[in-house]
Amino acid sequence: MTIDKGPSPIVFRLDPGSGVPTYLQLVQQVEQALRLGHLQLGDQLPRVRDVVAGLAINPNTVLKAYRELEHRGLVAGRRGQGTFVERTLDRAGLREQADLRRSLNEWMRAASAAGLDDAGMSALFTAALQDRHKATEPEGRDGRAEGIA
Amino acid sequence: MNGAAIEASGLGKRYGRSWALRDCSLSIPAGHVVGLVGPNGAGKTTFLNMAVGLSTPTTGEVRLLGRHRAGSPDALDMVAFVAQDAALYRNLSVSDMLRVGRGLNRRWDERTARERLAELGIPLDRRVGALSGGQRSQVALSLALAKRPGLLVLDEPLAALDPLARHEFMASLMTAVAEDGVSVVFSSHVVAELERVCDHLVVLQDGRVQVSGDVEDLTAEHHVLVGPADQADEIAGLLPVVRSRRAHAQAHLLVRTPRSVPVPPGWQRHPVTLEEIVLTYMREPAAAALPGPKAVAR
Repeated sequence: MTIDKGPSPIVFRLDPGSGVPTYLQLVQQVEQALRLGHLQLGDQLPRVRDVVAGLAINPNTVLKAYRELEHRGLVAGRRGQGTFVERTLDRAGLREQADLRRSLNEWMRAASAAGLDDAGMSALFTAALQDRHKATEPEGRDGRAEGIA
Repeated sequence: MNGAAIEASGLGKRYGRSWALRDCSLSIPAGHVVGLVGPNGAGKTTFLNMAVGLSTPTTGEVRLLGRHRAGSPDALDMVAFVAQDAALYRNLSVSDMLRVGRGLNRRWDERTARERLAELGIPLDRRVGALSGGQRSQVALSLALAKRPGLLVLDEPLAALDPLARHEFMASLMTAVAEDGVSVVFSSHVVAELERVCDHLVVLQDGRVQVSGDVEDLTAEHHVLVGPADQADEIAGLLPVVRSRRAHAQAHLLVRTPRSVPVPPGWQRHPVTLEEIVLTYMREPAAAALPGPKAVAR
């Protein structure tokens, strides 16, 4: 087992098959870590040098991800020190998560009764998610297919 | 760093009767990691050799880092070159190679080179010929970086390496970019790894520049449109199609349009990876000079 001795509580990984641009993968992983509580207020993000050495990616990509996170107000760079968490993301509480999951289960039972299989449900959910994205962010690059059927 | 890392104008190289590179005008921005790709014999090595001053152009010229003519003493001071297969003297030890580098260069940072090699666990007393391929490439990279170059040029640095050594080599190279801000230009066959590493891409084909551009712009501008085959000709009349693939019912068109151009009704737009874009252009040698996108009639 390798333990990262860097100053940050998190490490990044890349999914080369996802079709999501690399910088966006880093942004999403930071947001995910904030939601899960792996990153907390004042925590440091992995140093650019460490990310670059670990993933063999262009440092400009890491800088771009950190700029995007700064732009979203989640982190701030401190000159000569690194990038630190400024704001955490709301974590849906455990009770809320359990409630949401229950209603999702009910939805899946109804979908199944209507003749949808797993793939059909997943496609429907993804399409609805995309509509939501499109409504809020018409020019957003989300790395997924879109179109007018 | 501002300006161009490499600026070529009207550059050409003829060997006997055949042109290895022809009418090549190209500006590669500084402060970037630039990938140079193309099939065998496209002129990649010819271009790089002229850029680093190892061979002289038949026509045109190359300037480095804004002003220095390639091959001039100032240009030679600022550029470091790692040739194909990390060409080193196999009978010399690593520390002998360091001594050679010290003797041949006006600027030489021996301490950093030794620290890098120690960090990589490469013994200085080992003969170069007794090192693994991955270690040899790391020694070549350490020697090149010891010059403290403004521009580092590498010809097929990954070709002879296994996947793990490739990853480690690229990690070292990207760390040097992060720490020293060196501009990097490298040629490669390994298209799949370009997207993580390069922020600028040049495609050479038959001795000419086919594509040159910012990687983000290239991936943002290229899409695959999927729709009914009987409408494909109509779409191709409206949008610049790089490559089309059709069956009886369905057509896939790889097009170059800004995202602001709306998707034609009845069609779906999918993003494409840099690898797909590069391979598509390499398959379609005539697709370089694309007309600007026209408006889509709705």
